[in-house]
This record gives sequence, structure tokens and C-alpha cells, in this order.
Amino acid sequence: MAATYYTEDHEWLSVDGDVATIGITDYAQEQLGDIVFVDLPEAGRGLKKGETAVVVESVKAASDVYAPVDGEIIEANGALSSDPALINSAATGDGWLWKMKLADKSQLAGLMDEAGYKAHIG
Amino acid sequence: MSNDDLKHLPLEDLHVAAGAKFGGFAGWSMPLTYPPGVMKEHLHTREHAGLFDISHMRLFELAGPGAIGLLDRACPLDAGSLAAAQSKYTFLLDEQAGILDDLIVTRLGPDRFMVVANAGNAAADEARLRALGKDFDCEIKALDRVFLALQGPEAEAALSKAGVSAAQPLAFMTGIEPQPDWFLSRSGYTGEDGFEIGLPEADARSLVAKLLADGRVMWIGLAARDSLRLEAGLCLHGQDITEALNPVSAGLLWAIPKEIRASGAFVGAEALRSLIAAGAAEKRVGLKPEGRQPVRAGVELYDEAGNSIGRVTSGGFGPSAGHPVAMGYVATDLAKPGTRVFADVRGTRIPVDVHTLPFTPHRYRKG
Repeated sequence: MAATYYTEDHEWLSVDGDVATIGITDYAQEQLGDIVFVDLPEAGRGLKKGETAVVVESVKAASDVYAPVDGEIIEANGALSSDPALINSAATGDGWLWKMKLADKSQLAGLMDEAGYKAHIG
Repeated sequence: MSNDDLKHLPLEDLHVAAGAKFGGFAGWSMPLTYPPGVMKEHLHTREHAGLFDISHMRLFELAGPGAIGLLDRACPLDAGSLAAAQSKYTFLLDEQAGILDDLIVTRLGPDRFMVVANAGNAAADEARLRALGKDFDCEIKALDRVFLALQGPEAEAALSKAGVSAAQPLAFMTGIEPQPDWFLSRSGYTGEDGFEIGLPEADARSLVAKLLADGRVMWIGLAARDSLRLEAGLCLHGQDITEALNPVSAGLLWAIPKEIRASGAFVGAEALRSLIAAGAAEKRVGLKPEGRQPVRAGVELYDEAGNSIGRVTSGGFGPSAGHPVAMGYVATDLAKPGTRVFADVRGTRIPVDVHTLPFTPHRYRKG
């Protein structure tokens, strides 16, 4: 059973075992507006918490998406190459960004749950 | 700048009610997008009619026997040669021919003119005009107006339906005063046919209500205004043209009449003549990045060998073009359309082709 966590930087993580699927929240996609390009990461790349993993480009601006925890990228969402607007239409579903193998599951304790995130965005 | 320091539009309540997202621009809190989002807003303007609140821009009335003299001193312009109602794109230059601002000057009468200035430069422009104006018998009045732009192929029909029938006979780059305290010009900054209307707030509220009741019209924010003007190859002062750039390298000499280039006595005339004689070391060009990744303002450009040869001054995604679009400066020998250069975006080398401007054809209503 997957558990979902949220960060202050508007990422969500759906964690199943030691693999997390990561994307940006619906609130974040709405703030960014129409997304036209996603600079996807390569599988195999190691990430430290806080490092830029993905750059999402809207018509207006480029925005960094940070690694919420340490780990190694195992897959990027290739569907976004041809259809970056999936993030607008399904930010928490088909518009996921990457999957990573968690290096330290205890880091999840520092993240918010859904109620906490809702309070965070007010 | 905190939000409290920003100036607010007179019609801000209407934008709030329309669900706008706001952001700071040139000292103003401006509606950036509305619920449809920048992509739909942009395309709606190209297909129907977009309504923009551009009240951050400033209208000045110059009137008096010395008005022509003042304008000819302040701008590389032959104000006296303008026909009644004719508008002209021009500049305020400094002594080095650096571009302090770009303006639209419209002749309202024998010795009356309307000057439209950019938001961020309006105060400096006014001070400059007043300083230069000491030598001329000319009253300079900063007008308190709401300023709206209605842009797109259905702008004329929508404006007529809203009761502004005076718009119909105007050709592109002409402007009139259809009623007291109104200024109406066939102009804009999107590449589309359209109008700009300066008018008192009460009249503006009534006009906006009529326009928005028309299914062809919707509010368009500053984000789409930027992507529209970039596709249309139009310069944004502060980005594509600045004090550090001049009309020669910016490719804007077309806006300066030939005889004025040769013999005009405007501020910066000597410097401009020297620049023309020497030729520009770099030129403003359109830039089309290969692929889907936008290349934005501030990105450096390189040649094949990795030498720095220019920079991007505006860039983003062109919703009508369907690909990333950008504008910038490159060394003159690389300014030919089709020349391949490279942009460094976060460490990735992206091929970029020099491209003709505009990216989308202008659809002005010629007279």
C-alpha cells in the first residue's frame, strides 16, 4: 500500500516499498501554468535531497523541481517528452516526473502528509 | 519589491473578480494570467479578440506652439510631417544614442500630440520631456486615464458592437479623440489588428462591461501579452532594447526617417550618425531553438567553436508558432537567417537557428 508525502516546495511522493514516484502537486501546476517542456533526468543518476532533479518549463518560466529525499533515479516519465501538458491535466497521476530508489527511508519522516500540505498552501 | 510598494491598476477589482493571478511588473501589480491560462489567452487573441489592461503605461499630451520643436528635439522624429491622426513609433535617446524608451507619438492637431510611454520609464520620460521642454512653448500634461488594448481579428467588430463606431475607419497607426478625454488608436503590441483606448475610469468600466458581454472578447494577462509581442518580433524596453543598445544594432532604423538620420537635431543625433557610419558590431535577430526546450532571456549564445557570440534578450514558447521562440543579439557576421548558433541552457548545448522576425505574420489593418 503506497503512502503519499508532500514537500514545502510542492512535490508529492508516492512511496511503495523503497521506490518513490515523484511529481509536482496540482497546486504547483496551476501556479506554473501551461507546461511546454520537461527536462527529464537520466536513469541511474544519484540525487541528494534538495538537488534539482527536473526542470519544468511553462510558457512563462523555467522552474526547478528538487529531489525531496536522497536516492537514485530508476525511471523518468518518457510520456512527458511528447506531451508535457500531462502535468497540467494529471499532475498527481500520469504527469508524474520520475521514480527513485530511496537511499534512506527515515528521511520521509520530515515530509508532510496531505492534511499538512493542505494547511501549508492555505 | 514587496507587494505594498507596487502601484495598483484603477480596474484592479475587475481583474480580481475575473480570477486573475497578479505579479509585479515595472512597479505595478499586474494581472499575469486569468483562469484560462496563458496558452488559451494567447491563442484567443490571435483567433478572436483579447482585452488587455495596459493602464500601467502612461499617456502624455503635448500642446502648444513649441510642441513640434520639443518632439523633434526629444525624439529622432519629424513631428511636423505627421498627418493629422498619424501615429509614429519612435524613441527617447540619450547623448550616446542609447534607447531610453520607445514611444508612440500621435498627432492630435496642428500643435497637439499624444505620447504613449512604457510603465517603468514613464516618470523618467516625463522628467526628460519637462527638462527639454524649458526651451519650448509647450505644455506637457500627464493624463489620468485607464488604458485598454483590444487586439485580434474580431477587435473591430467587438468594439463597434460595444458602441465605439469611430474605430471602424481608422487604419493601423492612426489615432483620434472620438469624445472628450478619450484617445483611440488603431495600434497594439501583439502583431494583430486592434485598438488602444485611453479613457476616464467611469467610461472604461462601462466599456469593459460591454466588451466582456461579447463572447468574442476575454481578458488577457501580461504573460500572453509577452508571448504575443515576442512572436510578433516586437521589442520590450528593458530587455530587447535598453540604454546600452541603440537603434542601429536593434535593427530599428526604419523608425527614423532618412532625412532625420542625416540632419536631425535630436538628442543623440551625432552619436547615431557615427554608429550608422561605423556599422553595428552586433544585431538583433530572431532565434528559433531546435526542439521543444525554451531558451530564455539572459542565456549566452556561442558559435560552433564555443566562442561567445551573443545573448538572448527575450525567449519563451510561442503558442501560435508551436515551438520555442526567442530574440537576441548576435555578432553581425552571424546575423543572417539560417545561421546556426548554440545556446547554453543549464549546461546543455541547444542548437538555435537565426530566424527572420516576426515568427507569426503581422495582421495589421493597412490604410
